[in-house]
Amino acid sequence: MATTVVIGIGNPYRRDDGAGIAVVRRLRLLVPQDVEVVECPGDLTMLLDIWQGYSRVIVIDAMRSGRAAGEVMRFDASTQTLPANMRFSSTHAMGLNEILALAHTLHRLPRKLVLYGVEGRDFGEGECLSDEVAKAVDDVVCYILLDLKKGEGDA
Amino acid sequence: MKGNTMKVDYLARVEGEGALYVRFKGGQPAEVRFKIFEPPRFFEAFLRGRSYREAPDITARICGICPIAYQMSAAHAMEDAFGIKIEGPIRDLRRLIYCGEWIESHVLHVAMLHAPDFLGYEDAIQMARDHPQIVETALKLKKVGNDLVTLIGGREVHPINVRVGGFYKVPRRRDLQEIEEHLKWARDASIQLVKWTASLPTPEFEQDYEFVALRHPAEYPFNEGRLVSNKGLDIAIDEFEAHIVEDHVPYSNALHARIARRGAYMVGPLARFNLNFDKLSPLAQDVAKEVGVTAPCRNPFQSIVVRAIETLYACDEALRIIANYTMPDKPAVEVRPYAATGHGCTEAPRGILYHRYRVDEYGTILDAKIVPPTAQNQKSIEADLWSLVKAHADLPMEQLQWRCEQAIRNYDPCISCATHFLKMQVKWD
Repeated sequence: MATTVVIGIGNPYRRDDGAGIAVVRRLRLLVPQDVEVVECPGDLTMLLDIWQGYSRVIVIDAMRSGRAAGEVMRFDASTQTLPANMRFSSTHAMGLNEILALAHTLHRLPRKLVLYGVEGRDFGEGECLSDEVAKAVDDVVCYILLDLKKGEGDA
Repeated sequence: MKGNTMKVDYLARVEGEGALYVRFKGGQPAEVRFKIFEPPRFFEAFLRGRSYREAPDITARICGICPIAYQMSAAHAMEDAFGIKIEGPIRDLRRLIYCGEWIESHVLHVAMLHAPDFLGYEDAIQMARDHPQIVETALKLKKVGNDLVTLIGGREVHPINVRVGGFYKVPRRRDLQEIEEHLKWARDASIQLVKWTASLPTPEFEQDYEFVALRHPAEYPFNEGRLVSNKGLDIAIDEFEAHIVEDHVPYSNALHARIARRGAYMVGPLARFNLNFDKLSPLAQDVAKEVGVTAPCRNPFQSIVVRAIETLYACDEALRIIANYTMPDKPAVEVRPYAATGHGCTEAPRGILYHRYRVDEYGTILDAKIVPPTAQNQKSIEADLWSLVKAHADLPMEQLQWRCEQAIRNYDPCISCATHFLKMQVKWD
């Protein structure tokens, strides 16, 4: 069984909200065989089941935190508490911030968890990413491939 | 209540984002508005020029919480247009996948979004600290719903296996039997969920609602039936637009639905329960009677119990369908498009979801209309808020706001089908 899972979050029909999905769709063809790639476009309580059993988890989601569009944040959530200013976007009742807190409370966080946040600009209805976010998606794909190359210890 | 304005910028624990505005004059509410900014018109425009085959999958993208409802209403509308009637195991599989969606959607709302209101918690995370077992059980129960949707739908979010005429692929009997044990556990767990929700402290509040739901002669409604109400509505689905009127209101881009010449109506679990109590399985009826929640139930705060009862029903019904299932020879019936208009209306977890399509002789969509349940409940939500604010104007601001938010959540509004932020603003003149 794969030991690493890369999970993209978001709604690809709400423009930049779909940044995480765009990243994993690109990664699907590029990651080593032993890495699982999953899209999670709906209810995020599913994350607790999706990442169960994996020793390393990488999650990508759009942020709506007031930063410049396209800005990327990388955060190691297995060693630090999520900063208040890293606010992920959600079109549903429980976003990534809430799910991470819930997983922490229920002791269901993965052993190694890396989060990538991509600041979005346009969360309106539609399929296209804004230019800044599309470029950031390219960057995040590269960062994650590097993460995967570095191996489990550096995740 | 002190001060003359109350403003809440973000209402959490609802699917999507909207706004609430309340203005007081002389200590009494003068204006109450529940706003929805963006109805799914994008999708209606997006559907034009597409093939009838694409309607279920495109509309399923409107919402990640209830994609099956969108697929079902779209498929039924197209089948209505082309004169197709789905029977036998394919029909049963549609009910089965709907059971999965009701379980996952209802459990998410009951345990994670609504229950914290009744116990005084800010959110499910706080509640999980004191009641981890409730939250863990709910997550496990919800997963059984997800697994059922994945088994039949191909994947758990935005399932891809539903098509006009049936499915692309159907499960074998033994595929379904694999989930039976989990469903039996889920049925027992939902009995406990019903009992737990019934023990929650519930505000005294009743309104004279017009409940609207599907009613089928032989079953609790998912996909088929006539549209009926407790105040005399009894129509076929293709008469929907002759009886349900949509008004544009100046403060909202969303259309407010109402029954012609009467006004607000309520759709969703409470409406289905009140109009179809006799069609619940004997077990679901017995448990409902045991906890003292039976039809007619006019207290919207008891919708949390009714959602739990419907979860129990969905588990029970799924087990019944699996026990009787035989794999059909073909996964779908043949579809031959011709120029026509078709109507579909099915019971999404939150209430009736209406679709209408006009297609040309090649099956290309010429125009589409979608009326989601939350748009239909908007007027009832506002009416509830009026009554609550009137009755509790003397409450401290924080408590009044708490009660208003709880009242909105009674409807499990899925504003992501329709809108952005839910901001609450209260103004005192």
